[in-house]
Amino acid sequence: MTVMEQRGAYRPTPPPAWQPRTDPAPLLPDALPHRVLGTEAAAQVDPGLLRRLYAELVRGRRYNAQATALTKQGRLAVYPSSTGQEACEVAAALVLEERDWLFPSYRDTLAAVARGLDPVQALTLLRGDWHTGYDPHEHRIAPLCTPLATQLPHAVGLAHAARLKGDDVVALALVGDGGTSEGDFHEALNFAAVWQAPVVFLVQNNGFAISVPLAKQTAAPSLAHKAVGYGMPGRLVDGNDAAAVHEVLSDAVRHARAGGGPTLVEAVTYRMEAHTNADDATRYRGDSEVETWRAHDPIALLEHELTERGLLDDDGIREAREAAEIMAADLRARMNQDPVLDPMDLFAHVYAEPTPQLREQEALLRAELAAEAESEGTAR
Amino acid sequence: MTTVALKPATMAQALTRALRDAMAADPTVHVMGEDVGTLGGVFRVTDGLAKEFGEDRCTDTPLAEAGILGTAVGMAMYGLRPVVEMQFDAFAYPAFEQLISHVARMRNRTRGAMPLPITIRVPYGGGIGGVEHHSDSSEAYYMATPGLHVVTPATVADAYGLLRAAIASDDPVVFLEPKRLYWSKDSWNPDEPTAVDPIGRAVVRRPGRSATLITYGPSVPVCLEAAEAARAEGWDLEVVDLRSLVPFDDETVAASVRRTGRAVVVHEAGGYGGPGGEIAARVTERCFHHLEAPVLRVAGFDIPYPPPMLERHHLPGVDRILDAVGRLQWEADS
Ligand SMILES: Cc1ncc(C[n+]2csc(CCOP(=O)(O)OP(=O)(O)O)c2C)c(N)n1
Repeated sequence: MTVMEQRGAYRPTPPPAWQPRTDPAPLLPDALPHRVLGTEAAAQVDPGLLRRLYAELVRGRRYNAQATALTKQGRLAVYPSSTGQEACEVAAALVLEERDWLFPSYRDTLAAVARGLDPVQALTLLRGDWHTGYDPHEHRIAPLCTPLATQLPHAVGLAHAARLKGDDVVALALVGDGGTSEGDFHEALNFAAVWQAPVVFLVQNNGFAISVPLAKQTAAPSLAHKAVGYGMPGRLVDGNDAAAVHEVLSDAVRHARAGGGPTLVEAVTYRMEAHTNADDATRYRGDSEVETWRAHDPIALLEHELTERGLLDDDGIREAREAAEIMAADLRARMNQDPVLDPMDLFAHVYAEPTPQLREQEALLRAELAAEAESEGTAR
Repeated sequence: MTTVALKPATMAQALTRALRDAMAADPTVHVMGEDVGTLGGVFRVTDGLAKEFGEDRCTDTPLAEAGILGTAVGMAMYGLRPVVEMQFDAFAYPAFEQLISHVARMRNRTRGAMPLPITIRVPYGGGIGGVEHHSDSSEAYYMATPGLHVVTPATVADAYGLLRAAIASDDPVVFLEPKRLYWSKDSWNPDEPTAVDPIGRAVVRRPGRSATLITYGPSVPVCLEAAEAARAEGWDLEVVDLRSLVPFDDETVAASVRRTGRAVVVHEAGGYGGPGGEIAARVTERCFHHLEAPVLRVAGFDIPYPPPMLERHHLPGVDRILDAVGRLQWEADS
């Protein structure tokens, strides 16, 4: 018998235990990113919410500018600006209830501030006085996370634990497009879907991972498509449309809170500044691309919508800008004070009880500091 | 005073008992890992826990070590006490990113606001004829990471007491289980398990006068056997079982070496960059004037863990320990 004859004899029935799983169609993202501003749907959005989003966007942009300026004055070691991405940052903060948790990446200072964190506390990581300048439990904001995507499984675990305890808490985790290539992204999505954990993943696809464009990061049709393989819905949204991001995230949060499990949201946006103040973006992208995106600015989009509909006038715009200036002036003033640091803190929080080895090292540092103080005293 | 009947029990049984008692005592204790539920773990250490406490408290996770430890971090953030099982020593490596970048530092980076009471159980070490990646001794990696406690029992009673202490600890504990001792039996009172000293105390397993063997985990019984054998040569060896590698009990170790004046560190992990180098240095720094000879090390070879048919040549055995003890007669030789 030839191979072809054998093949002819083979009846293509499915393997014995095979059952088609859920129809992937409802999980698939739409072909185009969801938009609200400039469409008829915008009329349905609560004007109060739109105004609130606007004020936060304006404040957020000013915050980014101020923080970047602080790097030039040497007050911050580094600042990864989210200018251009404010709609994602602000919506992420505003869709959550107080009891919910936000899991930011290192770029998401603004989301933490929009959630109510003191702007100075939000910057200690980047200033260098302490890694996390706040108590995560106080605002339910996990520490700003530097290793990419590692905060995602934390969000899943926390959401899962909350559900086990019977609390209707949702975790929202932020990650960049580059971060979706990390193993932890995969493991987190998989755990979330298997456990049906109340967690929402928001990918801010801002086009680049430092210098690497999305096309070199993934061959997937979109990052939202990745959801389907895990068995969770993937949603695609215009990341510069604050109303759309807010709507899609709200839906996802509601779905999660109601026991519907996780959602992966991809927000298509753009990083207007360089990766950080230390990066040279002209090496990997041209001005025309940046200009195209400038015409799609999140603040301009919302401002246009609001003014067209008579919900915002020049006074309103001035008011928003003034509030932002006040925030910036306060931030500047407080950041220009040198933080007071206690070197003995180095040993205070390694373990609940310092080990005998740490106690010895603590004694050494204390002696060094005493000697330093004494020699300064005699020098004076 | 009531006398209790001591029964033979295995280390695996004591560990199971510790998990069960911890879960019964504290509803926030959650066991999770690969195959820990219905199967009870590949070493059966979690046997019966899913049945008794439900699958929400003893959970079969997807097969992903970073995911297991990463989700445990989030669970601990929300007030649970996860006890995660890494199926074998070398399969914990995918979780190292979570371990080193988050588990070990969360308390520190948040100035104490977010401690992570996670116990990470890692069956480790050789001597069971395991194929590649089933016999590594990875303790040096853990020891080199500030923020982690690292403990390893050598007896049935310690397996119980140290695991209870680890789970009760507000800090992350890497709990190394010497898998070749899982089935070793001891007389133990399983009805009324005794608590042990808190994490961080070494014990003298066998008192002696002429030299100290400093060891831990799977090498403890080997050292005890060597100490018996050494009697024929006129050596009266003291055996110190460290039990805890972090924190390190300098006091007990130094006191022993000051008494005996000679020391050999014995472990399965490779010698170069291994725990023995650290221990020898600490002993030398503290006991230099009491030492009659350099502190010697008997360790595994500096090779990737060998195939099972060759592992007996790699693992430190009685003869190699006795050789080292012989070399402690420094004055006579030099
Ligand atoms: C595990 C890990 N690898 C590398 C880095 C260095 N790094 C910092 S940001 C970055 C690019 C991240 O890109 P993306 O996820 O798209 O986020 P974005 O910066 O665009 O917000 C890289 C490679 C890191 N922080 N963590």
